[in-house]
Amino acid sequence: MKKPLLEIHDLAVSVDDKLILNGVDLSIQKGELHVLMGPNGTGKSTLVSAVMGDPRYAVESGSISFDGKDITDESADARARLGVFLSFQAPEEIPGITLENFLRTAAGAIEGKPMRVLAFQKKLKEQMQVLGMDESYASRYLNVGFSGGEKKKAEILQLLMLRPKLAMLDETDSGLDVDAVKTVSKGIRAYHDEGNSILIITHNAKILEELDVDYVHILENGRITRTGGRELADEILQTGFGALQKEAADA
Amino acid sequence: MRSFETEKTQVEEFDRSIYDIKDAANASFEVNSGLTPAIVQKISEEKHDPEWMRLFRLKALQTYNEMPLPSWGPPLDGLDIENIVTYVRPNTPMRGKWSDVPDDIKNTFERLGIPKAERLSLAGVGAQYDSEVVYHNVRAEVAAKGVVYTDIESALTGPYAEMVRKHFMKLVPPTDHKFAALHGAVWSGGSFVYVPPGVSVEIPLQSYFRLNAPGAGQFEHTLIIVDKGAYLHFIEGCSAPKYNVANLHAGCVELFVGEGARLRYSTIENWSKNMYNLNTKRARVEKDGIMEWVSGSFGSHTSCLYPMTILKGENSRMEFTGITFAGNGQNLDTGAKVVHAAPHTTSHISTKSISRDGGISTFRSAVVAAPEAVGSKSAVACESLMIDDRSRSDTIPVMDIRCDDVDVGHEAKIGRISEQAIFYLMSRGLSEDDARALIVGGFAEPIAKELPLEYAVEMNNLIHLEMKGSIG
Repeated sequence: MKKPLLEIHDLAVSVDDKLILNGVDLSIQKGELHVLMGPNGTGKSTLVSAVMGDPRYAVESGSISFDGKDITDESADARARLGVFLSFQAPEEIPGITLENFLRTAAGAIEGKPMRVLAFQKKLKEQMQVLGMDESYASRYLNVGFSGGEKKKAEILQLLMLRPKLAMLDETDSGLDVDAVKTVSKGIRAYHDEGNSILIITHNAKILEELDVDYVHILENGRITRTGGRELADEILQTGFGALQKEAADA
Repeated sequence: MRSFETEKTQVEEFDRSIYDIKDAANASFEVNSGLTPAIVQKISEEKHDPEWMRLFRLKALQTYNEMPLPSWGPPLDGLDIENIVTYVRPNTPMRGKWSDVPDDIKNTFERLGIPKAERLSLAGVGAQYDSEVVYHNVRAEVAAKGVVYTDIESALTGPYAEMVRKHFMKLVPPTDHKFAALHGAVWSGGSFVYVPPGVSVEIPLQSYFRLNAPGAGQFEHTLIIVDKGAYLHFIEGCSAPKYNVANLHAGCVELFVGEGARLRYSTIENWSKNMYNLNTKRARVEKDGIMEWVSGSFGSHTSCLYPMTILKGENSRMEFTGITFAGNGQNLDTGAKVVHAAPHTTSHISTKSISRDGGISTFRSAVVAAPEAVGSKSAVACESLMIDDRSRSDTIPVMDIRCDDVDVGHEAKIGRISEQAIFYLMSRGLSEDDARALIVGGFAEPIAKELPLEYAVEMNNLIHLEMKGSIG
């Protein structure tokens, strides 16, 4: 079997000395699209934050490998440069840095060389069009005064500009109106079609409609309790996690 | 593992060492250290002062000897005036062409980018080296409009002698404080600018002050008179190489903004970290006049700098935009003062300060509204950023309001860099150093926007440089 792009093995993670994840196993192959679902507060965001290398999340045991390399102890920037990306649920506002300058700096850091200004601007303009973002956002300070939906779009814009190997999307669809979900979903699809891998955390079916889902995982009480195909997502969206838990208890 | 080079080229190209290159001792004359009437007399003779100036100096010296040190502000213990050389004359007369300036001095200014900036974006340049101005030039088309830009010594004996005499240390009298008195006694060098009524100087004039001699003081005097309806942007830059002995800068800036005139005064101060920067700046603004200050304080060991504006005429306005960056071993005490002395005057003071690695940054503001200041408005906003737990940031606002009908606002914020913001930027590939520098740069951005371009770039570079290796 092919070596997975992301391989999480028996991962335990704590926040402020409280154990949140306890024994998570997850493999994502190149080009696959995985969906992570689960009740609120079960550790979905913790999982993607730990994969991204947020220092507030302490890995107690287990390992994370990316592209054949153990990244458990790597810093977030090293992971980003290897091709890991996280679209944040509530991205930070950074005053004084325009979205464009920030993106060019980030792209330069990831490429390992400075970006050519004109070529970069052209590409940025194209991608903003794809997402239906007004050009003026490029010269606004990063996320400052952006609405919830604008922040989400700006996250996907970063994804499209930085082209990582794995994109983890933490409830990117929440706070977006129906049309915006469609637009964002199109952007994600284009990114996926290039053979990239995706891990989506969502509570909604809408964003999945346009996408080819390979696997759906249910995270409960700090571990993945069930894995299936798209039908598992459909089932949950119809009956809720409660029914699923009941079913498991009855079995 | 692949290794990535994330350093941006502009950072690589920048190196603080350009400030630190010391020229070999090259003075043609210097007085002994310390201060006596004989020394002041000697300086006056060397400078061929008019008689009134000689007497002015001696009187100021007397004031200096009688006055105590300020009872507030950062400690000045490291400053022993008995060991400061008050006058060092470089080994050249003032020139009007760079090619006539001796090589070592010329190269210093070349490294600092002054002649290049003059060619590209300035209407005139003055360059002072130690105690004397070594170069002064103004573009012919600007001079043709009647604009006078010269060293102050020439102005003292030239056609504007009477104007200089009428204004010299009238806004900042030697009795103001001990270092103003010292300045009055030993001042040397600086610039005189006169912009005639209605003349708009479209491109800036710049004076650059460089102190090369160790253990010396620089006491330049800047006198600017912008007549009715005229406009001028004046830029002041300062730097010095680092020595192990204390150097002193006690300059004095007096600005007269005429009726309906506008003056913009920009400073980037990057003195070395053995410098005591005790500088006094003051502006007086007539009816409908506008005074704009842009001030960046990065260098020095200790700074006391509080530019003051007197809004003397009705409807006059002032804006002050400042940034202070205090690093290891630095105690930077900066701020601004405004006196609303006429109806419908407006002041807007906006500052940012950054302290890191044990640096101390104090912001003082003083807003005075006289009984005449009916319908006046003042807004003060200061924001401080502390990079680590060892650094310190204080805000000391003072308001003295003697008029019912004024609108005075004050807003202060002190914060730290959010760890979440750093993680966010790192998750996009930026190293921790770069993430911090970017956040600090963003914090300073509203000020950088106000600076002349080359200084904005320099400020950005300084921030990157100062933030390098700031973790630990």
